[in-house]
Amino acid sequence: MSSKTLFDKIWDGHVVKKIDNGPQVLYIDRHYIHEVTSPQAFAGLEKRGIGVFRPQQTLATADHNVPTIDQHLPIKEALSRQQVEKLTENCSKFGVELFGLGHPNQGIVHVIGPELGYTLPGMTMVCGDSHTSTHGAFGSIAFGIGTSEVEQVMATQCILQTKPKTMKIEVNGTLGRGVTAKDVILYVISKISSSGGTGYFVEYAGSAIGSLSMESRMTICNMSIEMGARGGLIAPDEITFDYIRNRPFAPKGEALEAAIETWRQLRSDSDDAFDIIHRFDAQDIEPMITFGTNPGMGIGVNASIPSVQDLAPGSSPESYNKSLQYMGFHPGERLQGKPVNYVFLGSCTNARMEDLRLFAEAVKGKKKAPNVHALIVPGSKHVEKQAKEEGLDKILEDAGFSLREPGCSACLGMNEDKVPAGEYCVSTSNRNFEGRQGPGARTLLASPLTVAAVAITGKIADHRNVL
Amino acid sequence: MKKFTTLVSTCVPLNVEDVDTDQIIPARFLKATTREGFGENLFRDWRFTAEGAPRPDFVLNKPEHVGAKILVAGKNFGCGSSREHAAWAISDFGISVVVSSFFADIFKNNALNNGLLPVQVSPDFLRKMFSVIQADASAQLEVNLEDQTISIKGTGGKETFDINPYKKHCLINGFDDIDFLLSIRDEIKSFENSRTHA
Repeated sequence: MSSKTLFDKIWDGHVVKKIDNGPQVLYIDRHYIHEVTSPQAFAGLEKRGIGVFRPQQTLATADHNVPTIDQHLPIKEALSRQQVEKLTENCSKFGVELFGLGHPNQGIVHVIGPELGYTLPGMTMVCGDSHTSTHGAFGSIAFGIGTSEVEQVMATQCILQTKPKTMKIEVNGTLGRGVTAKDVILYVISKISSSGGTGYFVEYAGSAIGSLSMESRMTICNMSIEMGARGGLIAPDEITFDYIRNRPFAPKGEALEAAIETWRQLRSDSDDAFDIIHRFDAQDIEPMITFGTNPGMGIGVNASIPSVQDLAPGSSPESYNKSLQYMGFHPGERLQGKPVNYVFLGSCTNARMEDLRLFAEAVKGKKKAPNVHALIVPGSKHVEKQAKEEGLDKILEDAGFSLREPGCSACLGMNEDKVPAGEYCVSTSNRNFEGRQGPGARTLLASPLTVAAVAITGKIADHRNVL
Repeated sequence: MKKFTTLVSTCVPLNVEDVDTDQIIPARFLKATTREGFGENLFRDWRFTAEGAPRPDFVLNKPEHVGAKILVAGKNFGCGSSREHAAWAISDFGISVVVSSFFADIFKNNALNNGLLPVQVSPDFLRKMFSVIQADASAQLEVNLEDQTISIKGTGGKETFDINPYKKHCLINGFDDIDFLLSIRDEIKSFENSRTHA
């Protein structure tokens, strides 16, 4: 029997039917929905006069355009309010559980799924959001879909998909001091490029990956889409099982122990099973920062911006120069010391407890630079609550920051949290596209520790030297 | 879904790589709850100034490209978000085919699910198309889905392109994936039962 990857095993176990010369019918265990990509899908069901096929396998939250202050008040912006109201109305009509604003389980869809134990190993999961890849950290197949596909899943709990190829990304060795999961994934994407993973599903492996916490693994898998991959996953292990224990939606007691025995089998057979393998050494990874307008344009925080001559063969110098022009940077320039007026700690990449703890620990006893406007946004109500229980809100306040309420916030600026045109923002989010954080905003992606260093010094800095 | 067979049209050349979905339709315009009207904000921040005036140097605003139904773009078109609104915006604007040397996966699926044909060509052919269109904005492309060919009218340049046979069948017949999935609901239920009892 030929060897299989973990991805192959889970995928093959979910194929309902294969269409000759066509895609496969893939069964979906969990469907996450939010207010932005679901209304047209619900409307499609209504038009066909059908309901949600398996509402108990569907979970909804409001996250993309919710405000991050005064969430108890009606949403000020009319279109945002209407979209959230539409979700509430649809969920009630179609019998889907909704964690809307004000609910103690509300938060960013990719933060609440794992923290509630709704995301489990060996499952297939989709959501109308490309960062669904986050859930792959549990050893499951999770990927983003479009609204027509959201409608397919609502109507039949299945989706028509062509099976991707498999890529293994191995990171071995020990990460240096102050090097986080965010730096690892920004480094990997800078090597593979923003299109290098297209057509593939990635499995992350190696000793450096295995040593990471679940929250760090989620950061890694979250950004798989930024190299073009459909998703990324990590084989489950004891760290995974420990995380799942006592989560509200996860199996309990004997049922959980039986499930864990099954989950232990979730492993790739051998390297031969992969279509392609990339290996990296953890020691080569520095704290990273992006300088351009796609997540593949990243460098070590102490390095200089590559010159056009250093581009990969086949790359377009025009597109590269356009990107640098947007950012106001020049080839060969160093970013260190550049003044920055905005920082954002949040998003489905880095708004979990671990991230808030890292940031709070780093700024403890220090003061925010006067020029810096900081948006500190937890990923969920549970994260917000726990941060307060641990006193992180006080540490933040003493340092001149404040903790907001959960949502996607300035990651994509669908709510009021935007970065003004021309301003730089060092951000823990996942995208530095033109205008991503607001029209004309210039985003530099980095880890929570780098964001802390910028927040304290008011300029781009290596956190290992200043904190 | 509308049927697609062949198309002859002038083109809009967008010679930029890694065109992401946030450029195609910025997040702040995703608040509608219907599929219509997104064309108005297609490439919003490249097409218009912050005050809403058209930028004369952006290709979609150039008079010679008005009415073109084919968008020719640099590699890795549609990267980023899964928002289907990107495909809706392009279609709504009146574009029926996007040509590039490389497409992001989710965008490609979204396009196909909405009758917008993504045609992947070789980097050489893409370069040739850009130079032909640059030399003569009235140059036309012919896209034949049945034969899976794309050709530059008059110059003889022609290439075949790949498309999944099932997706081709869907586009040519205006066939919908959901109709198909609904037709096999019994098989889906049997699959669920087989897992429950496993």
